[in-house]
Amino acid sequence: MLRASLREVSAALKEGHVTPTELCQRCLALIKSTKFVNAYITVVEETALKQAEESEKRYRTGQPLGVLDGIPIAVKDNFSTAGIETTCASEMLKGYIPPYSATVVQKLLDQGAVLLGKTNLDEFAMGSGSTDGVFGPVRNPWSYSRQYKEKSVPKSHPEDEDSNWVIAGGSSGGSAAAVSSFTCFAALGSDTGGSTRNPAAHCGVVGLKPTYGLISRHGLIPLVNSMDVPGILTRCVDDAAVVLGSLAGHDPKDSTTIQDNFKPFELPNLIDVSKLSIGIPKEYHAPGLSSEILALWSKAADLFKNAGANVIEVSLPHTHYSIVCYHVLCTAEVASNMARFDGLEYGHRSDMNKSTESMYAATRREGFNDVVRGRILSGNYFLLKQNYENYFVKAQKVRRLIANDFMKVFRSGVDILLTPTTLSDAVPYIEFIKEDNRTRSAQDDILTQAANMAGLPAISVPTALSERGLPIGLQFIGRSFQENQLLTVARWFEKQVKFPMIELEEVKRHDHGVFQHQKSASFS
Amino acid sequence: MVAAVRGCGGVWRRVWQCGAGGSASLGQCAAASSARGAVAPAGKSGLAPWVPVVGLEIHAQISSNSKLFSGSQVQFAAPPNSVVSFFDASLPGTLPAGYQITQQRVPIAVNGTLSYSLCTDHKMSQMVTKTVRIKQIQLEQDSGKSLHDDSRSQTLVDLNRAGVGLMEVVMEPDMCCGKEAAAAVRELQLILQTLGSSHAVMAEGQLRVDANVSVHHPGEPYGVRTEVKNINSLRFLAKAVDYEIQRQIEELENGGTILNETRAFDSKLGCTVPMRDKEGKQDYRFMPEPNLPPLILYDTKSLPANINHQQVVNIDRIHERLPDLPSVKRAKLVEQYGILPEHSFTLLNEDGLTEFFESVVKRTQMKPKKVIGWILNDLLSYLNQHSLTVKESPVNSSMLADLLNLLEKKEISSTAAKQVLGELWKGEGKTPLEIVKEKKLELIQDQEALEQICQAVIDGQKNEVMAIKAGNHKVLNKLIGLVQRKTQGRSNPVLVKQLLEKKLLD
Repeated sequence: MLRASLREVSAALKEGHVTPTELCQRCLALIKSTKFVNAYITVVEETALKQAEESEKRYRTGQPLGVLDGIPIAVKDNFSTAGIETTCASEMLKGYIPPYSATVVQKLLDQGAVLLGKTNLDEFAMGSGSTDGVFGPVRNPWSYSRQYKEKSVPKSHPEDEDSNWVIAGGSSGGSAAAVSSFTCFAALGSDTGGSTRNPAAHCGVVGLKPTYGLISRHGLIPLVNSMDVPGILTRCVDDAAVVLGSLAGHDPKDSTTIQDNFKPFELPNLIDVSKLSIGIPKEYHAPGLSSEILALWSKAADLFKNAGANVIEVSLPHTHYSIVCYHVLCTAEVASNMARFDGLEYGHRSDMNKSTESMYAATRREGFNDVVRGRILSGNYFLLKQNYENYFVKAQKVRRLIANDFMKVFRSGVDILLTPTTLSDAVPYIEFIKEDNRTRSAQDDILTQAANMAGLPAISVPTALSERGLPIGLQFIGRSFQENQLLTVARWFEKQVKFPMIELEEVKRHDHGVFQHQKSASFS
Repeated sequence: MVAAVRGCGGVWRRVWQCGAGGSASLGQCAAASSARGAVAPAGKSGLAPWVPVVGLEIHAQISSNSKLFSGSQVQFAAPPNSVVSFFDASLPGTLPAGYQITQQRVPIAVNGTLSYSLCTDHKMSQMVTKTVRIKQIQLEQDSGKSLHDDSRSQTLVDLNRAGVGLMEVVMEPDMCCGKEAAAAVRELQLILQTLGSSHAVMAEGQLRVDANVSVHHPGEPYGVRTEVKNINSLRFLAKAVDYEIQRQIEELENGGTILNETRAFDSKLGCTVPMRDKEGKQDYRFMPEPNLPPLILYDTKSLPANINHQQVVNIDRIHERLPDLPSVKRAKLVEQYGILPEHSFTLLNEDGLTEFFESVVKRTQMKPKKVIGWILNDLLSYLNQHSLTVKESPVNSSMLADLLNLLEKKEISSTAAKQVLGELWKGEGKTPLEIVKEKKLELIQDQEALEQICQAVIDGQKNEVMAIKAGNHKVLNKLIGLVQRKTQGRSNPVLVKQLLEKKLLD
């Protein structure tokens, strides 16, 4: 049951095969037994059970609020949640309990979803491994899967197991790991340069980055305002469409959300891709791309070709410059976005009381990690009067060229772009931390951040396991606000590749126990 | 004020200096020396006289119910931190908050001018009109207030003001003394108040004026300028500018140099002092604000068809609905009532005085030209003496109109009218007529009685009568005065004159 999709479990709730409270309890139990994954920063057992109880009442009276009613979900800890500590995995916000909820969180709660807790991330979402947060790294659940253990852990050295665990990707690694380890049915992430798609690919789940402006950012603690979007992590494409439908729409508290009404959609069962034109951008054959991912990518292209689609190589010539420009624009926005953390209104305040200025300085030195401080400093450097034209303005201009590249390709008749999501499968933590955050982010965001620069919708779909038994995801990039078409193609692809389910001992134990407990129920 | 309006292509954010906005910390300063005038003296060195150059940066709080981007109320003197929303405190995740938003590169208006007038003598009779160019007007957010307690190294922060809309008016350095600066700001203040776009009360911080001051010799480039802050009244503005001009001249005359610095005006000591925490050039690290889509201003020509008129700003429509600006109001007053131009300035300068004047004119048969004398000489000087505003005046416009009507209908003399006014100031709620009755101030309407009094005066002044009869008609005035004294001012001097003439000259 815990391994079911959101839509399946929603149907089970409706049929009465399981109650919201039972479902919530099971998820909470699994969170406890998979604590070593470190997916959650905060688990709100009490309020979750209360929400489940409310949901149960609604089901009993035959008045559920919709598909999401009673569904256990998790939210990345950079979304503001009323009454629930929101830390951004930073010393700066430890103990900060916001008085309001992000629009997306409120929307989920209003539709009856049960919030289990807040998930781990890189501090202030700055990173690509979910290794740079104050609560420690997230461990990829696949590190503990039968598939990975069989292929990668030498049987003779079981003591190596602990050093062999691989990263979850980031920065929404906690949300991806939570969905992947079956502790919740959907999770919110955020995606500024790939932070939802990257961990989705590494953890073998679906990661959707919607079009910029489709979903409200109010309450999402910003990294880069012009690129941030709330991301959606689910077990399958259908579920992503359900969650998207419940979140999209104009929000007066975010002036960049579009005014047009968003119509939630269901994906068709029978999909014809023969009339589609799929573009393969040659620049995404980037240095460092692993040969098995390259092979998988080309196999995927063949799938479409064989189904009658028009598959063509296209060029996005400014792709090479994207990551450098992304770095400049990202740090520039970080410089001003982080200015509010001064220890006055909320969050950490240093004991330093020599002067107000020294209190500010000490608060920020103590509250932020090296990565955050580094980005603040570079951003302020790029924004200095004498550097502004050379860095910030130039990066903005190149950003326009990158967006134009996509526009040209789509205008030429291409419907969807197919690319890898990551250069390789997840690397072991001990390998990952050999490089610094800046280098890692530059490598790991290389295939994903251009979609953020252009504001386009993109989705990572789990495709196959690598030779090491780890997930590999491929990415589809669509036209602005054409999520329906994007998800339809992604769903067709998902059906073709039949990505294997993660086999985790802990989950088996739990689902087993559950089934024993539920012997009389007819659902299986 | 004329200003070219442009579509504004977007807003800019700048990184806050940590904590709330700037504040002054005043040190000790030497007391001001000799008396200082506005006119710059010739240099001791025998060079051409110094030319002072004054430019102004004015921040006017926009009068609105809510702050610029949040629903919090705008309220002066509210308890500290009582009108602060989540947004104003820039809680994590609120957009767009945590930095100051300003229209740095695309201000809402550019290339304007402001005409203002000032008198060149002390009698308020010589007015000259001058013009200052307005470089730009930009909208931005106000900062919070911080109060430093240096002795305890503490800072107290009040965020009530944080996020209130401001317009920054940048005036080119077209002025040359404190008086001009004060007159220009006064005109701007009147315009803002007429439009209702700002209460513009300096004492309440709704209008903050920073003055850029430098001096140079004619024909030479402008000197190094200083910025003078912490000025909270027009009087202090004039004082601060003149002090700073003089200070710079003396500094340069003594072989010193002027630093490009920010100085604060100390109103108690009447001088400017360097400001502690604004030294050096600030780099605000501006960047475009991506959270706010551009606001596009249209005129009737550029307005796209089939667009909801409620949702767009059409500046032509706004222009049509603008009230008369002060300069137009003054011209209308002069034309309609035949008053002197300088009187129209005085009327507009006092809040509510024009309305008071017009209301009196409406209710009385007295000519406006005469009414204005009562308004300016009697009402205004009384109010000034007692530091009252027009609204606080114990005599309202209908009371004054009643009084002037009694005078106009010759029921009382002007001497008596002044006496009645003196009673009215006491604010005891009596009408002018009641006071006239009570004090028996009405003119003697009984001609026979008056004739008898005149006769008695003639009978008592043999010498004067002889002089008059001998042709010295001036002496008649003395007799008129005596009749007035005898009647305690209750006789109509014109009538008395007629009666005396009849008796003595016929």
